[in-house]
Amino acid sequence: MTETVAILVSMILAAAPLLFAALGELITEKSGVLNLGVEGMMLAGAVTGFAVTASGHDPWLGVIAAAAAGAAVAAIFGVLTLLLLANQVATGLALTMFGIGLSALVGKPFVGIPLEKLPALPIPLLGRIPFFGPLLFQHDGMIYLAVLLTLGVHLFLTRTRAGLIVRAVGENHDAAHALGYPVRLIRFGCVLFGGALAGLGGAYLSLAYTPMWAQNMTAGRGWIALALVVFATWKPWRVLAGALLFGGFTMAQLHAQGLGLAVPPEFLAMLPYLATMLVLVAISRDATRIRLNAPACIGKLFHPDD
Amino acid sequence: MNFAKWALALAMLAGTAGAAQADPLKAAWVYVGPVSDHGYSFQHDQGRKAAEAAFGDKLQTTFVESVPEGADAERVINQLVKDGNKLIFSTSFGFMNATLKVAQKNPDVKFEHATGYKRADNMSTYSARFYEARTVLGTIAGKMTKSGVVGYVASIPIPEVVSGINAFTIALRKVRPDAVVKVIYVNSWYDPGKEAAAAKTLIDQGADVIAQHTDSPAPVQTAEERGVWSFGQSSDMSRFGPKHHLTGVIENWNEYTVQEVKAVMDGTWKSHDTWGGLASGMVQLAPFNPAMPKDVADAANKVREDIIAGRLNSFAGPIKDQDGKEVAAAGKTLSDADILGMKYYVEGVQGSLPK
Amino acid sequence: MLRLEARPTPSTAALLLSPVLAIALTLLTGMALFAVLGFDPVKTVAAYFIKPLDSAYGLSELAVKATPLLLCAIGLALGFRANIWNIGAEGQLIMGAVAGSGVALFLRPEHGAAWVLPAMFAAGALGGMAWASIPAVLKLRFNASEILTSLMLTYVADLFLRWLVNGPWRDPDGYNFPQSPMFEPDAIIPPLLEGTRLGFGAVLALAVALGGWFLLSRTFLGFQIKVIGLTAAAAGYAGFNSARITWMSLLLSGGLAGIAGLNEVAGPIGQLTPFVSPGYGFTAIIVAFLGRLHPFGILLASLMLALTYLGGEAAQISLGLPVAVTSVFQGLLLFFLLACEVLIRYRLRPQRAASRRESRG
Repeated sequence: MTETVAILVSMILAAAPLLFAALGELITEKSGVLNLGVEGMMLAGAVTGFAVTASGHDPWLGVIAAAAAGAAVAAIFGVLTLLLLANQVATGLALTMFGIGLSALVGKPFVGIPLEKLPALPIPLLGRIPFFGPLLFQHDGMIYLAVLLTLGVHLFLTRTRAGLIVRAVGENHDAAHALGYPVRLIRFGCVLFGGALAGLGGAYLSLAYTPMWAQNMTAGRGWIALALVVFATWKPWRVLAGALLFGGFTMAQLHAQGLGLAVPPEFLAMLPYLATMLVLVAISRDATRIRLNAPACIGKLFHPDD
Repeated sequence: MNFAKWALALAMLAGTAGAAQADPLKAAWVYVGPVSDHGYSFQHDQGRKAAEAAFGDKLQTTFVESVPEGADAERVINQLVKDGNKLIFSTSFGFMNATLKVAQKNPDVKFEHATGYKRADNMSTYSARFYEARTVLGTIAGKMTKSGVVGYVASIPIPEVVSGINAFTIALRKVRPDAVVKVIYVNSWYDPGKEAAAAKTLIDQGADVIAQHTDSPAPVQTAEERGVWSFGQSSDMSRFGPKHHLTGVIENWNEYTVQEVKAVMDGTWKSHDTWGGLASGMVQLAPFNPAMPKDVADAANKVREDIIAGRLNSFAGPIKDQDGKEVAAAGKTLSDADILGMKYYVEGVQGSLPK
Repeated sequence: MLRLEARPTPSTAALLLSPVLAIALTLLTGMALFAVLGFDPVKTVAAYFIKPLDSAYGLSELAVKATPLLLCAIGLALGFRANIWNIGAEGQLIMGAVAGSGVALFLRPEHGAAWVLPAMFAAGALGGMAWASIPAVLKLRFNASEILTSLMLTYVADLFLRWLVNGPWRDPDGYNFPQSPMFEPDAIIPPLLEGTRLGFGAVLALAVALGGWFLLSRTFLGFQIKVIGLTAAAAGYAGFNSARITWMSLLLSGGLAGIAGLNEVAGPIGQLTPFVSPGYGFTAIIVAFLGRLHPFGILLASLMLALTYLGGEAAQISLGLPVAVTSVFQGLLLFFLLACEVLIRYRLRPQRAASRRESRG
């Protein structure tokens, strides 16, 4: 693997957990729900995936368990905000607190245990193309899954009837209700999906990126994922681009340090955040485009009898 | 008969008085992270456990984990004092001023602060000369590196880290004068994802040995995956790098903790500063990997023995900084104060420090 | 089956009783959790809620811990009411601490003066405001979402602080450790009560809560904020200038967060360190919503949340409860508090078959 390819691959790997979590949150927000508990759901997935795998099972079983754990934690959020009409922002933040604590508790017996990394699945033939082979076709299964999910979410939202309904619910929940759609059920499903994908993002960290468990190992990636959804104006392919941008700048500042750039490491570490902001500013200048994409009912309470 | 009864009663009274004096000593530990981190706080907790094992019923211990290093620390330490603890170990630099404030208000309680520099009549400081272990590591790295590039995953640009980098580099270049050390700061003590990314970056830039001054096993794990040598930190990380983890820096607070607890129990405790190196056992090396060639292990052991015997000093001149300026002349060694506040790189380290 | 039916007006009885119910539910679940983990349930709960309050020092510490939460949350609540989502209060807090520290370290006269502390407070407010003005400008000129910009700026502020204390502002007598010099006595907030850390900041926070209530309920600005939050379109027709409201909300919340930051470094900490805040800016968001965006509710919510932090420490000290359990318990309390709020605006009714077909107006 040449150095350029290695650097680009490290970008992709750094972007993966962000991509999973952001795609999930995208669906949740498209249906009109703002779930700020992404960090908690990712950690739930990370600890569950690791615990299951470290207990002697197949890592892919761990991945599935991680998705289930993320969804389970999201279900708490769903019940509180959709059934009991609790405030979404506060509930999401409470979920983050809860998720951090619960994952730390559950994960205690698993600290300091190494695991085999998720094996790479090189695609035959395509994997041997010079440059693009190692860049795109020699990754582990979860990277392919992330890209497939991006495609899937995009097709779901733009080409399927179910996706249209989800968007309708997010744009105008009263109208959707009047048309007879079960608004809360649809939202609950989207919340669960968001949780499952956040769980996958966490599992990627604990099973593939750094196969270990350490409490709070997501280190704020859930918040970045939330920001990426806004950054991408709720479009899946832009989420992919945003994740790569962020991952890219993260690796770039590390490389700059390694090369001995005479800039203090703290300033270099600011680069990914500043870059994300700048790009957001550049693409937000078209006000109409933003308004067209933000789900109108996001965060608003819905009660069928209101 | 009367006399016997009287004597017996007196003896029993004396016995009860003696038993009353044998109330267990209450001691407490304040940690900046979780003890389950298998790293820095874990090692401090091992000290507490060693004291428990040594003193049994005569010692009653408490600990508080994950205490943030800001305004909360003072309250936690205060509450520990109010709870009856007479000896308190605050185990992170950021607790320094909080510990001092509480110490000044409670002269009858003894305080032990790790990795700081402020003392009082009832407050001691203690730390380990991690850089001595780094000298041994640098020697090993010099012999094991083929590319001459060594990667260093560092946490924060504080003197403790910088002196470690410098001691490492000095020893490295004694063996391999043309070697360079590339340093990447991840701005955190424990962030597996960032540490792994930093290690990958260093390897992609040509490093074939990875050292770290961060607390998670991620760099060791990354190095193992890429077939590159590594050194661990704070605990024995060999199970994360069975083939490539050469050794690591481990701090050991057990004997010191037991000694201080005993001093309080015996009433002989005095405020002092302890900066123990390899000789005292406060800093140790993880077991060498069998994959390490014998000549390398022998060289490493010789360096270790020389340091312990006082024949070798990690910071013996001539030492030049990155700009070529001489910071220690031949025949001179750097003082403790110089090392404690070290904020420049020696020749051979790539990168720059905030001024 | 039960269902929720909207009340015509929010129930005051429920307003007072729902937190009580929530606490009761938390106690039940918490006690079960503690018992399962092998801790005495009653003792643990007592450690959580009673032990922190059993001394004057404990009560003063409650105020000390609640002060930054209250200050930040009042400012945030005003913004949230106007649909301005300032997630970056943490960053504004940090920059306020930095600005105030600058005054303490560099602008002090040689022999102390009475104006130093007020100047520091002013600098803290200005620092927070300046940092909050960035998302304001980006939103108004470029339409950039303040959620993202304020959040990104939090990370930038944190890194900037680390650079300052590691670099140019570090204590020259401090062996190059990452901390500023300790502030001189005239730059430290004196305690109001001997033996405690309770200072002017707490009084200020109470005044801010009062001021916030006054602003919302008695001023035209407050009225505009509430209307804009409810219907942006109607507000537009009424001629309310949403740009002004955006500025005011962000500057106010930024300024208050900045004061909170300054209060921490000039009060309990006494110098500028990398550890100014353990996340007050984020916790304040929860406090704002728990207090239902009303200043008096926020006052109670900040005390409640502060108690859970203190309780977690007390449980660790007196019972050895692992720190992870304290987070779980805190999360549970928040969940129950949020869940029970539903009873304020809705009541439980048995589901009648006919009512399912009830048409809405």
